[in-house]
Amino acid sequence: MDTPADRSFDVEDYLRLDLFPHFLCPGCGHGIALRALLWAIHELDIDKNRLAFVSGIGCSGRLSAYIDADTFHVTHGRPLAFASGLKLARPEMNVIVITGDGDCLAIGGNHLIHACRRNLDITCLMLNNEVYGMTGGQGSPTTSVNRYTTTTPLGNHEPAFDACELAAAAGAGLVGREVTMQVPTMKDLIKQGISHPGFSFIEIISDCTEIYGRKNDLGSSAEMVLSQKKDILPTYIDVAEVNAVDQPFRPGSWQTGVLAKNDRQEYYKAYLDYCKQANPPGHGETHGR
Amino acid sequence: MSKPRQNLQGNRACALGAIAAGCRFYAGYPITPSSEIAESMASELPRVGGVFIQMEDEIASMGAVIGASMGGAKAMTATSGPGFSLKQENLGYAAGAEVPCVIINVMRGGPSTGMPTRPAQGEVMQARWGTHSDHPIIVLTPASVREVFDQTVRAFNLSERYRVPVVVLVDEVVGHLIETVALPDSDEVETTSRKWADGAREDFKPYEIPEDGIPVMARPGQGYRSHTTGLTHDATGFPTQEPGQVEQVMTRLLTKLDQHRDDIEQAETLHTEDAEVLVIGFGIVGRAALSAVNQARDLGIRAGMLRPITLWPFPERTLRSIAANTAAVVVAEMNAGQLCLEVERLCPDTVAVIPLNRIDGEPIEPRQILAAIEAAAGSMTNSKPTSTKQL
Repeated sequence: MDTPADRSFDVEDYLRLDLFPHFLCPGCGHGIALRALLWAIHELDIDKNRLAFVSGIGCSGRLSAYIDADTFHVTHGRPLAFASGLKLARPEMNVIVITGDGDCLAIGGNHLIHACRRNLDITCLMLNNEVYGMTGGQGSPTTSVNRYTTTTPLGNHEPAFDACELAAAAGAGLVGREVTMQVPTMKDLIKQGISHPGFSFIEIISDCTEIYGRKNDLGSSAEMVLSQKKDILPTYIDVAEVNAVDQPFRPGSWQTGVLAKNDRQEYYKAYLDYCKQANPPGHGETHGR
Repeated sequence: MSKPRQNLQGNRACALGAIAAGCRFYAGYPITPSSEIAESMASELPRVGGVFIQMEDEIASMGAVIGASMGGAKAMTATSGPGFSLKQENLGYAAGAEVPCVIINVMRGGPSTGMPTRPAQGEVMQARWGTHSDHPIIVLTPASVREVFDQTVRAFNLSERYRVPVVVLVDEVVGHLIETVALPDSDEVETTSRKWADGAREDFKPYEIPEDGIPVMARPGQGYRSHTTGLTHDATGFPTQEPGQVEQVMTRLLTKLDQHRDDIEQAETLHTEDAEVLVIGFGIVGRAALSAVNQARDLGIRAGMLRPITLWPFPERTLRSIAANTAAVVVAEMNAGQLCLEVERLCPDTVAVIPLNRIDGEPIEPRQILAAIEAAAGSMTNSKPTSTKQL
């Protein structure tokens, strides 16, 4: 165990401090999400040496480098594909994907829906700031209607994806959403996602103050986060009772908490069962080494 | 006792070679004419404790292969023309982050969707330069069913040894060819695995360069907690843009295969010691060349053959030493003229480089090559041979 024996949470125990200061802009919500993620890992008491993070390209993609674990910063949109291979080669590892709205829903959209369908035990944390921040503030699949970005200079005319509805419809094992205002709740949601034996999709409503907020007069980071909280509708459904992919969604607001849960068989377990047909008992090797 | 012989298809031999080499992860997407490789892996891998996964697309297949390899598995994918194009970005990641992996491209006619069931050799240059920017890569080209098996094994060994993606270009004709072969027993197949880090975590730098130029890998879960990225990185594995460091790491990456070329390069030669006319062709064209050269010898023409098995890095020294004593080189290939550019680059000005191309979806026949040899030999007595390019 490389995890500290003292059980009080110190985020620095989980960071590569020699890489600091980090590159995030002042007011960015991604750091809050990272803290909640590491807090969740701490509370779950997961050995750092059993943790692999896979991230794509964009502001979210750079977060993996700051985590003291096995970290993989891969190609744009493909972290779920890389993570699927990694998890199947090292099933004993906890594999967590950190991605963004452009990485996950635009260029990586196909991988997301099939990761949901397969239900391989990966936790996918999508940081949604409604914009391509790294490339200078272009519109993304989650940019709200009428918002200004460098590629929607007249106000966005495209509808935005509801990523959670998409993930739930595609069959993800667990789907949830939280805003950065509510860090303990976010931590608890991420804990549920990591603990769920299957594919979990968690959307964090982050804020891009410097680029998106500035261009749309959304105020300071604090004001952006407060307005996000104002817009949420927390769900108080009993998780144990939920086994559906068609939870009702109310438009015009962010529904937060666990939004869908689906206890289908996990992909790798299903694959091992499938392989038993090729390997009668007592024959063949054990996979995973 | 002689080994049992079997009728085996080239694509299936590829899958059996991969299993023999230790491949335990396959991710792929259906595409003609490579699909039998995926189908064979789908039935073989569950028997040996491996993972077969059909991904949602070609890009995901390549990503999953790299992910599995980063996790420690020997991993492979197979595809054809359009799929090979789609894999290029992630293939570049494997080259840059130095993740071993094997990519089979059973070549079909193109461009675009082209002719899915017809043979061609249009990816000579794409296999070398398909992903963006400078990068190291190894490309192998088998010519028979048995050689598909052997070169697939070799692809894994080279990939593991040098931490580089290895592409195997299989002709559609060879992939679908059924030949009677005897395969080696599994204990007769020589296999290599990459070097894993085993020292103290504090001293470990994932891209620190040992004498052989090939860094050792950290296996996830072993406590090294290292970082892997497609960004240009220094010895620590973290991104750098410092010009001095970038130049150093790029130079090492781009030259890391140079000191191992004796191990990497492979070619078959025939009658090259006194050849006036040399025929160069790879894959199935090499077999047509072999036949044509033998026929030419029967006619009294001093013909020879060079069949590159390693296409990239091209067996430069082999060609240079032969070309020094030859008058003409016929480069036969099932494309509009790609390999001939490399041959022209390597041959002295005194050598006439004659392209012989076929782009109609049919393999080059021995008689075409023989005609080119005769024309080259005939014109040698008169003047410099002229091109027989058939477009």
